[in-house]
Amino acid sequence: MSNDYTSSEAHPIQVSHETARPYELSDVVPPSETNFIKVDDFRFFYGKKEVLHGINLEIPSRRVTSFIGPSGCGKSTLLRNFNRMNELIPGVRHEGDITIHGTSIFDPSVEVIALRRRIGMVFQKSNPFPMSIYGNIVYPLRIAGQGDRSMLDETVERCLRSAALWDEVKDRLHESALGLSGGQMQRLCIARAIASRPEILLMDEPCSALDPIATAKVEELIIELKRDFTIIIVTHNMHQASRVSELTAFFYLGNLVEFDETRKIFTNPSKLQTEEYITGRFG
Amino acid sequence: MMKPESRHFFSSPKGKTSFYRMLRNRFLTGLCIALSLLTLFPLISIVILVIRNGLPLISMNLFTQLSPAPGLEGGGFGNAIMGTLVMVCISLLLAVPLGILSAVYINEYAPVSPVSSAVRFVAKLLTGIPSIICGVFAFAAVVMTSQHFSAIAGGVALAILILPIILLTSEQALMGVSVSYREASYGVGATPFQTIWRIVLPDAMPAIMTGIMLAVSRAAGETAPVLFTALFSQNWITSVFEPTASLSVLIYNFASLPYAYHIKLAWSASLVLVTLVTLTNILAQMIFSPKQR
Repeated sequence: MSNDYTSSEAHPIQVSHETARPYELSDVVPPSETNFIKVDDFRFFYGKKEVLHGINLEIPSRRVTSFIGPSGCGKSTLLRNFNRMNELIPGVRHEGDITIHGTSIFDPSVEVIALRRRIGMVFQKSNPFPMSIYGNIVYPLRIAGQGDRSMLDETVERCLRSAALWDEVKDRLHESALGLSGGQMQRLCIARAIASRPEILLMDEPCSALDPIATAKVEELIIELKRDFTIIIVTHNMHQASRVSELTAFFYLGNLVEFDETRKIFTNPSKLQTEEYITGRFG
Repeated sequence: MMKPESRHFFSSPKGKTSFYRMLRNRFLTGLCIALSLLTLFPLISIVILVIRNGLPLISMNLFTQLSPAPGLEGGGFGNAIMGTLVMVCISLLLAVPLGILSAVYINEYAPVSPVSSAVRFVAKLLTGIPSIICGVFAFAAVVMTSQHFSAIAGGVALAILILPIILLTSEQALMGVSVSYREASYGVGATPFQTIWRIVLPDAMPAIMTGIMLAVSRAAGETAPVLFTALFSQNWITSVFEPTASLSVLIYNFASLPYAYHIKLAWSASLVLVTLVTLTNILAQMIFSPKQR
């Protein structure tokens, strides 16, 4: 597994990348994109219970940021606020703000439907719809009113290639997605998540149900995808965080304890709690 | 007491021999089997009785001809089969859309609202209401106001009877749809309507269909609701606004007549009804059995 991106000596967001890329994806992130996603004193409540206690966080564009921390620390809750999935749960409430590209996602003029089309999400348990592989990927387009056949075909191939699944399934696009293996299903869900060309990809423990080989494939994919997407990944696996992410946020009991370059978090954390968690003394 | 040498690792510690334990075990097992068979007994005897008495008269004429005048022989009860089918269809037309849409509302749109709790409570209450009350209600609401016994009135009475069945089984079916499908759909920016229409309902459909089939067999077998709403008729059904024959009322009527042939017809009608209901049930189980996930 290549992890050259963690060997950069520079500022966390200046990450070296060996491949030739267009200018706009250059390694030097414009200052305006260092706070692509901005979490501002964000508090979140399930009923009366406060589960996030005033989080402040700035996530840069086109980087992989991982959220780590013991179960119940609020990392998934925060992740599910970025596309407002938590609103499906009755009795939730928030204070503070989250802005993306400078726009508050809670602004009354923001349509939650449009927001979720710009932000793809991959869930802990792969959840392909009980329909064909093709049908799964074109679902986001069909619900957006896209019916042009050649456009749909194109999207299916593009997304499956991006998800490194095309060669495995190109001959059975119209067979049920439920016949795929666990790892293939999760990659299909990633393909579906990027079908509507989102800018941000949220991943909620995407590998926790996969075997090591499938996990390795998904991790490779995540590293590949960060060229085009801003990826935030919640993980319990600290090796995974160190392998795929450039930035790491450590959460504990609803607080953001430390947020820094992944390499620093794992080698020289500034907070004792982080060090204890990383070294496995608790959590 | 056994000698120490004969004791082994699996010997009972209290000195009870395994023989008594085995005996008690066998006795209780036997009791359970016997009681299970006892439960089956009434059911099987009904089937045997209906087949033995109903089978002799079974022929095509039963399905294609009208019943004979009292005292005469020959003919069948085609009009009653027809009437039952028509009234079941009317009740389905009324109850299926209402039941499924209500279930969608209380499970998908407003699972915790007071309206949903009220609907759920009333539906559960309605399942326990004696079927004759449905008949009385339809009599008052449809027959009295239209001044006619009719298939419509019978259909309304049956619809009231099966509405809670369809509503509650549909709600169960919708609850059975994995939350992860809903999350996936909302996660790519689907509206609640798109999620329900494209993902949730198709996945719940087999279970909803099973509920509808159960409702069909219930409606087809009921006598009380149609007894004084559709009344009965000696003729073929020509309009849904006139009195209509049904299998269940035919059995009730003919069985109380003093003519041997009509009593035989009632037995055959019972056999046809039992077969119809059983077939519907088996069909429901076969076609719409929950798929493997």
